[in-house]
Amino acid sequence: MQVRNAGCFARIFSCLLFLLVLVPVVSCSDPEARNTLTIKGSTTVLPVVQIGAEVFMDRNPRTDISVQGGGSGVGIASLIDRTTRIATSSREIKAEEIERAKASGVHPYEIVVAMDGIAVIANPSNPTDNLTMEQIRDIYTGKVSNWQELGGPDREIVVISRDTSSGTFEAFEKLALDGLRVRPDALVTASNQVVNTTVAQAPGAIGYLGYGYLSDRVKVVSVDGVRPSGETIRSGRYPLARPLYLYTDGKPAGEAKRYIDFLTQEEGQRLVQEQGFIPVRQGGRLSGQWYEPRGKSRIFSRGKLRGIRPALRVLRSERGGGLKTAGLPFPEQRDRRTA
Amino acid sequence: MRHFRETLYRWIFTVLAFASLLFLTGIVLTLFRESLPFLVSHDFFDTVFGLYWYPTYDPADFGMLPLITASFVVTLGAMVVCIPVGVGTALFLHELASASQRAVLKPLIEILAGIPSIIYGFFGMIIVAPFIQNLLGVPTGLNAFTASLILGIMATPTVASLAEDALSFVPRSFREASLALGANRWQTLTRVVVPAAGSGISTAIILGIGRAVGETMVVLMVAGGAAVIPDSIFDPVRPMTATIAAEMGETVMGSAHYSAIFTIGLILFFITLAINIVAEIISRRFRLKLGLGR
Repeated sequence: MQVRNAGCFARIFSCLLFLLVLVPVVSCSDPEARNTLTIKGSTTVLPVVQIGAEVFMDRNPRTDISVQGGGSGVGIASLIDRTTRIATSSREIKAEEIERAKASGVHPYEIVVAMDGIAVIANPSNPTDNLTMEQIRDIYTGKVSNWQELGGPDREIVVISRDTSSGTFEAFEKLALDGLRVRPDALVTASNQVVNTTVAQAPGAIGYLGYGYLSDRVKVVSVDGVRPSGETIRSGRYPLARPLYLYTDGKPAGEAKRYIDFLTQEEGQRLVQEQGFIPVRQGGRLSGQWYEPRGKSRIFSRGKLRGIRPALRVLRSERGGGLKTAGLPFPEQRDRRTA
Repeated sequence: MRHFRETLYRWIFTVLAFASLLFLTGIVLTLFRESLPFLVSHDFFDTVFGLYWYPTYDPADFGMLPLITASFVVTLGAMVVCIPVGVGTALFLHELASASQRAVLKPLIEILAGIPSIIYGFFGMIIVAPFIQNLLGVPTGLNAFTASLILGIMATPTVASLAEDALSFVPRSFREASLALGANRWQTLTRVVVPAAGSGISTAIILGIGRAVGETMVVLMVAGGAAVIPDSIFDPVRPMTATIAAEMGETVMGSAHYSAIFTIGLILFFITLAINIVAEIISRRFRLKLGLGR
């Protein structure tokens, strides 16, 4: 009995051993071996690329996508030192980063994957429903420090901001503050989620955060009379909107191209919307919006890229001027928050 | 053969032992190398005594005084909490606790020491901050006071267990001599045991401070993060560690800001180094005073 058992084990063992030897041989002989793709960068863009990667891997079992956070700066730095194929960023690549990239032979290529609105939020106990851009600027620069001055109750304003390095802050600073300095005693929090918690806790608080992170615990304040929604952010009527970016080294190719195409076309854009961001387009006419950062064509030495006029740039420059760009609105899309 | 193996093992363990020296050298060199561009291009004293921290604006301000002050304020506050509680715990454990109380308390303190700092941070942000905000009517509970409180609680186990060790190192003969001379238990404790263990207790406190200075997660979550010199303990502050943690991920690598963050790291390194040296000097004096090799 024991001997038979032992023989049985030996046979199973040898089978396993055989499989172990065989499997790598088989996979090596396969010309379409596993494709790997790394994506790294902004924590704001993370949920979008993460869910996109999961669905994409589900469709393409041969592809392994590894998604990492770390921040926009980390993502772009990784692109420059070639440790990631795709960098995500919640801010535009900076001139000095482009310089560094060029120095190491990397040519950053920009793709807008989604739009994100920056919602201004207050504590639910605050009666203020609307603030003008000027009022927001006064609050954040310290000109106004009590809600009374804005027609609210006599309560000190607790100004909540984000780290000066965060993409959300940079967008807010550019859009709302015109580059003025935030008052130094503003509370600085490390994430969108903490802004939510802090504003929910402090009656006099005001904060701002990515549209996708809005929660029921806080009150959304309209800006210049416009409430943030999918419609108002995409059309550019809501003044605090920003694009979210992907960067690749040169025009995306191979696996990176397939993934980016997936994410920027209809199905991927639906995922974008499910994550609480605003899709940039619908339909598969263009694989993303390619354009040259800061309009400096010398950045791209490959010269193949044609400068497709960036729709978002139009949106930004004609902020509040209504919809000017074709191909953006989604008539059938319902906004979850306003609906 | 045997000789060869012995030599081999000796070498393996020598290499392992010197590995930490290698890591230390690597870290120090990296800190210096990465902060050098900033130290060269900016005046060190202007930076250390500068009042405004606006690293991403143009022109940028790299005034680190608010950050350094914040670290000191928060650490000082933590000391106010952890010294009485920590030393008190040690004295209780050493002098008063029965065997069963010790059996319960000591493991509990060790568990407290083992809780990850992010849990303390959560606890501080979700429970303590709103509580303090409502209790004291301050605009926000995320301030230096709350951070000090949480840091103090975090540093308590370190102080308590090291101080308890120091007390137990006092030779039995000291206590017996004191009691034999007619001193009561309180007199023995305050006049003989605590002074004899004094340097050991100081070391415990200093190492507790070291833990509070270097702690990052708690201050990141609870201190509020405003880079100003606080008017009161109930103002939000931004300690050095929180600044590094929050800004490192998003900054442009190789920029002045990146280098400035490393400079903060360098300053922090020297502060903790100084703390450790002081602790070492005190504990050495303690051994000499008692005439023990330990």
